[in-house]
Amino acid sequence: MRAPRFAAVGAAALALAACAPTALPEGRPETLTVLAASSLAEVMTTIVSDFEADHPDVNVAVSFAGSSTLASQVLEGAPADVLATADEATMATVSDELEIEPQIFATNTLTIAVPAGNPGGITGVDSLSDAGVVLVTCAPQVPCGAATALVAEASGATLSPVSEESNVTDVLGKVASGEADAGIVYATDLARADGVEEVALEHADAVVNRYPIAALPHASGSPSQHAREFVAAVLSSEGRAVLAAAGFGAP
Amino acid sequence: MIGPRWLVPLAVAGALVVLLPLAGLVSRVGWSEFGTSVTAPASLEALALSLRTATIATLLVIVLGIPLGFALRAMRGPWRALVRAIVLVPLVLPPVVGGLALLYAFGRRGLLGDALGGSLAFTTAAVVLAQTFVALPFMVVSVESALAQRSGRHEAVAGTLGASRTRILFRVTLPALGPALATGAVLAFARALGEFGATLTFAGSLAGVTRTAPLEIYLARETDPAQAAALSLVLVALAVAVVAIAYRPGSRR
Repeated sequence: MRAPRFAAVGAAALALAACAPTALPEGRPETLTVLAASSLAEVMTTIVSDFEADHPDVNVAVSFAGSSTLASQVLEGAPADVLATADEATMATVSDELEIEPQIFATNTLTIAVPAGNPGGITGVDSLSDAGVVLVTCAPQVPCGAATALVAEASGATLSPVSEESNVTDVLGKVASGEADAGIVYATDLARADGVEEVALEHADAVVNRYPIAALPHASGSPSQHAREFVAAVLSSEGRAVLAAAGFGAP
Repeated sequence: MIGPRWLVPLAVAGALVVLLPLAGLVSRVGWSEFGTSVTAPASLEALALSLRTATIATLLVIVLGIPLGFALRAMRGPWRALVRAIVLVPLVLPPVVGGLALLYAFGRRGLLGDALGGSLAFTTAAVVLAQTFVALPFMVVSVESALAQRSGRHEAVAGTLGASRTRILFRVTLPALGPALATGAVLAFARALGEFGATLTFAGSLAGVTRTAPLEIYLARETDPAQAAALSLVLVALAVAVVAIAYRPGSRR
């Protein structure tokens, strides 16, 4: 029994060593494995490098994938210390199983994207239905379009887009090129785009995507100290600033 | 003509490259709901728009492509090769690039934006324009190569009999080009029907206005894969029928 377990630990150590940076700090650094949703790639990379600067004794290995992929990896026993998903439902599948308490660390809401300079003079959701305003949204069949419909309903506005695109990228393309006066997209997508500006969308909080994070218990039964510290770093004001710069809202 | 025997396995591999994806498509069609998928309002609306726009685009291709083929044939020396290469660009251009190019020409901030008093984007006209852009080369090439095979003797005879150039064009040359024109038109129609990238980039996607069958498939692929597969199969069947007509046995190709 002992020999196979030892071999497994050895293989895991080798795998972790392969991921470690070449310049190791003094001592034996602990490796912290963070699993994060793909949409968090940019912000997590920044938060991780800040965290490593503050914790020279810790190496953080981040793995990005779709939330449901990450959740099934955790449930199948992949060694991980922290899990951050892009929605609460996926996190719930893990937290029900592992007795953890996820915390919401970021939110994402819809907003109005306008071309640089706001040539259409868009001031908010009501001006989207003004005569002559060229509006582009996601199609109601896809998630961003379904969310758009709910926000429009909450605000009592009747939107008549000239085009209903299959994804946010195509909406942003129409706005950035100036063909459309306005488009409804996610705040984080807008933050990444060039040539567009934001106009606040009233009642955007009718549909809020919440991003939960949780420190995962080890075999011993509770999360490691460093895992807890990492979660705290994400929730800290510094972490929040990184998230805000990428368009994420506060929980 | 019979080639060496070792061509056979390569030919089989080549056939599989085409047949396997088609088989994959057929395997995903839910046959029990095929009828309802194809006759769903969204499908019918998209198919009707596709047929309508592709027909108009084909007419434009005929009206514009034939003169362009004549002009190309009339050119001499290196100019002909250069102009031919430029006219054929839409054949080899990535569709998204074609869409961007159309946007930069006919969009709000495009070259002709002010002249057009706005933008063609998001209109059915934009769909027709995108389809014409990608389909035009088929007609130009057909006409040019058919003209190259003519000696011009019949036209010369008609000329000595006192026929005007217009009369010669309509009574002598075009009738003789008939099969080539039919092939060019049919292929242009098929290409227009399949147009996707330029339409998505330039025209947008709105049911009944700009959402042609390929765009409806693109949208349905996320929400209703069975409908996407069913509609895809309809387009494949149309394409096969159209190409079979263009290259039917007995046509001089």
